[in-house]
Amino acid sequence: MTYDPAKVQLTDDGRLKHFLTTEGLSRELLTEILDTADSFISTQERAVKTVPLLRGKTVVNLFFENSTRTRSTFELAAKRLSADILNLDIARSATSKGETLMDTLWNLEAMYSDMFVVRHADSGAAHFIAEHVTPNVAIINAGDGRHAHPTQAMLDMLTIRRHKGSIEGKIVAIVGDILHSRVARSQIHALRTLGAAEVRVIGPGTLLPRDIESMGAVPHYDMKQGLADCDVVIMLRLQKERMQNALLPSEGEFFKLYGLTEEKLAYAKPDAIVMHPGPINRGVEIESAVADGPHSVILNQVSYGIAVRMAVMAMAMSGQQTPTEEPA
Amino acid sequence: MTTLHIQRARVIDPSQSLDTVTDVWVRDGRLQAFSAPPADVTADTVIDADEQWLLPALVDLGGHLPEPGYSQKGSIDSETRAAALGGFSHLCSLPDTKPVADTSAVIKLIQEKALRAGHARVLPLGAMTQGLEGEQLASMVTLQEAGAVAMSNARQPIRDSYVLRRLMEYAATYDIALFLNANDLSLAQGGCMHEGPVATRMGLSGIPETAETIALAQLLLLIEQTGVRAHISQISCRRSLSMLAQAREGGLRVTADTPLANLLYTDAAVTGYNSLYNVQPPLRSEQDRDALRAAVGEGLLAISSNHRPHEIAAKKAPFADADAGMSQYDGFLPMVMSLLEQSDLTASQLIQATSVLPARLVGLPGGLRPGEAFHATLFNPQATTELSSARMASRGHNHPFLNQSLAGAVTATFADGLAIA
Amino acid sequence: MTLPDIEQTCTELTQQLIELIEREGLENPLLVGIRTGGVWVAERLNAALPGNDDVATLDISFYRDDFTRHGLHPKVQGSELPDSIEDRPVILIDDVIMSGRTIRAAMNELFDYGRPASIHLVCLLDIGRRELPIQPDLCGAKLTLNDGQLVKLTGPTPLELTLA
Repeated sequence: MTYDPAKVQLTDDGRLKHFLTTEGLSRELLTEILDTADSFISTQERAVKTVPLLRGKTVVNLFFENSTRTRSTFELAAKRLSADILNLDIARSATSKGETLMDTLWNLEAMYSDMFVVRHADSGAAHFIAEHVTPNVAIINAGDGRHAHPTQAMLDMLTIRRHKGSIEGKIVAIVGDILHSRVARSQIHALRTLGAAEVRVIGPGTLLPRDIESMGAVPHYDMKQGLADCDVVIMLRLQKERMQNALLPSEGEFFKLYGLTEEKLAYAKPDAIVMHPGPINRGVEIESAVADGPHSVILNQVSYGIAVRMAVMAMAMSGQQTPTEEPA
Repeated sequence: MTTLHIQRARVIDPSQSLDTVTDVWVRDGRLQAFSAPPADVTADTVIDADEQWLLPALVDLGGHLPEPGYSQKGSIDSETRAAALGGFSHLCSLPDTKPVADTSAVIKLIQEKALRAGHARVLPLGAMTQGLEGEQLASMVTLQEAGAVAMSNARQPIRDSYVLRRLMEYAATYDIALFLNANDLSLAQGGCMHEGPVATRMGLSGIPETAETIALAQLLLLIEQTGVRAHISQISCRRSLSMLAQAREGGLRVTADTPLANLLYTDAAVTGYNSLYNVQPPLRSEQDRDALRAAVGEGLLAISSNHRPHEIAAKKAPFADADAGMSQYDGFLPMVMSLLEQSDLTASQLIQATSVLPARLVGLPGGLRPGEAFHATLFNPQATTELSSARMASRGHNHPFLNQSLAGAVTATFADGLAIA
Repeated sequence: MTLPDIEQTCTELTQQLIELIEREGLENPLLVGIRTGGVWVAERLNAALPGNDDVATLDISFYRDDFTRHGLHPKVQGSELPDSIEDRPVILIDDVIMSGRTIRAAMNELFDYGRPASIHLVCLLDIGRRELPIQPDLCGAKLTLNDGQLVKLTGPTPLELTLA
């Protein structure tokens, strides 16, 4: 029984109609997302930042997990495409009263939504919704459990492309809590598809999944070896709960071993760039000198986030509207 | 005095190394002989079983009947009917009903309802602890006297080794058999599938094999210490098999079963987040599945159904949120026989695992012998079984072959000589 | 039907444009070409004009009116305009004008960049079949096509017209 994780996301002729995961998408499609995002970056730099592309369409932000940052960027992206946007704070409404996920969504669809942006604590939630609940509403996965955060991965790819020319042939290291990271999983798929020479994951044994090699990433436990000759260093956020669940002794020890300092950064290539999906924990994953230093492109990541989200929203809406036709 | 005459069936009974085409006649619920009835006896029912197989009926060591307490998932009537259609004459019902089967009242209720339904016979399993809470011993002797054939913990945790030891000592005193699950909750916690590359890729919490093997080690040592009659229910790991083999070599008498699903599927089935494959124990790796198949081939492992029907809403949720369990009774024997194509197992070995071994564990003779009660299944390997949602007997449509067809069909199931399907 | 000689048409159009700029007193006009054919034509015209401003390019993919019917064009390239078009006279250039919808989209997009002093429309070819009240100020050649016929410009060098 072979299951293609990409297939549920694509129209019959291979265009995006949901954006659930970077896994299984072709290099051409990922590149098209980046190219489209680039066009939107230029619209963000002019006085009127809006384009009329999704005028008349309704986008609903369904965040079952709290997140002001990501939700705001999606809201802004939708508005800049001239769509109408509705923010639903589900954590405090129907489902906490016992309404199933399925019923909540069917009720929403009845309000003629064209697109749901979904963040949920369960891995596979976005797939579940796209396959079983509302297949005719474009679903954008804003993060499902530990599985995927594809828009974050794509804005990271765009950042690398804009600052390093391309992802092809680059050595990229992802540092931190890979075990619990949906961002890392999505990044690994995208990096490999876009031709990275090597993807490394660095962290303590408790935070690296034992089978991470099956995803094409090389595990390292030591920063000096792991960062050697890296072109890109991506630091992941460490959550406080990890200390409580017997995964790490303390933030201090983590910072000593894996915190990105200028000293450790020196193991990477001299023109390496430093990235972080945010929000950053200064003094835990990264020291201020690096976060604010010349290698850091962290602030740029944020601005690319809107353009990338505009791109996937436009492409997915396009695929839903025209499931069988060739585009103009 | 009713007489049944079955003509020209291929009788396969591994307990006698029997595999031959012959007539069979049954009177008053007992197998009389492997021949046509004598000339002065007129059969009430004659069945032409040309090209069909007659095997000792299947016996299930653990299936969930959702009555009392879970009427939205099914009833004793619907599920025992599905079991009979699947080839079972007898099934052991798990005690995790609502209320839990820890009183003679519940045991008797289950038996009465099963009797009235008239399909597969039910051999209730009583609860090992009160409320299945794992703390206080249940009144096992009372439950046994009410009809419980053994006690089970239904995959619910036992508080600690101390309670487990006392449980076993108590049961051993009265020669009560225990059906035990090996599951260490602290290692299994939060997991919804096998810990491995598939779980990593999908971001789902995994259940490592040590959750089973560590608990199994604990069980085996305590079984040895207490001398209780024990059966290990629903194992899923290759490593568990070698631990069992080693224990047996050391002289320990212990039996085990594995769910059919663990012989058919691996963790790869979960790709795509299909909640149908959210089951406990989880579906594990290919190596685990191959080892389980090999153990069945060696006659060391029984096969159980692990049937657990659910209503649609219970399964229509993101993977980790869905209730665990698969509906298995409908089409069970055809699913078992699909292993003939998919593996090296023979029909004899499969019948040994699904009928003979389980029968002996629950006090049934096992096999088809003249003089014994006639519990048998007639199977046509050439027919097909359609599992349409309209015609399935079980109310649980969480079945992997829903709206599909299977090769082979049960044409009749007999319990005590009576056709129950 | 004979197709016009494109090189000849461009030369004539360039001359007409120079005359227009002078006649209207357009100071430092910005040439804006609509992707992709319009850009080629704009570059051809720009080469012959005094001054050394680059041609600006407009990609109207995000401003089309047929998203619901045809979706997003897969090869969006983005627009490139100077930082400010405030109070600048704009010469909007496209290769072929037909329904007029492309020009409508281009003007909407231009106004999201700023407020030009004026817009003059230059088209290489007018094949009629207007659906909106938009007409070019300068036109290289007019062409009447039969039902189902389309015309296509290839380039950038050489610029060639083909019938499809």
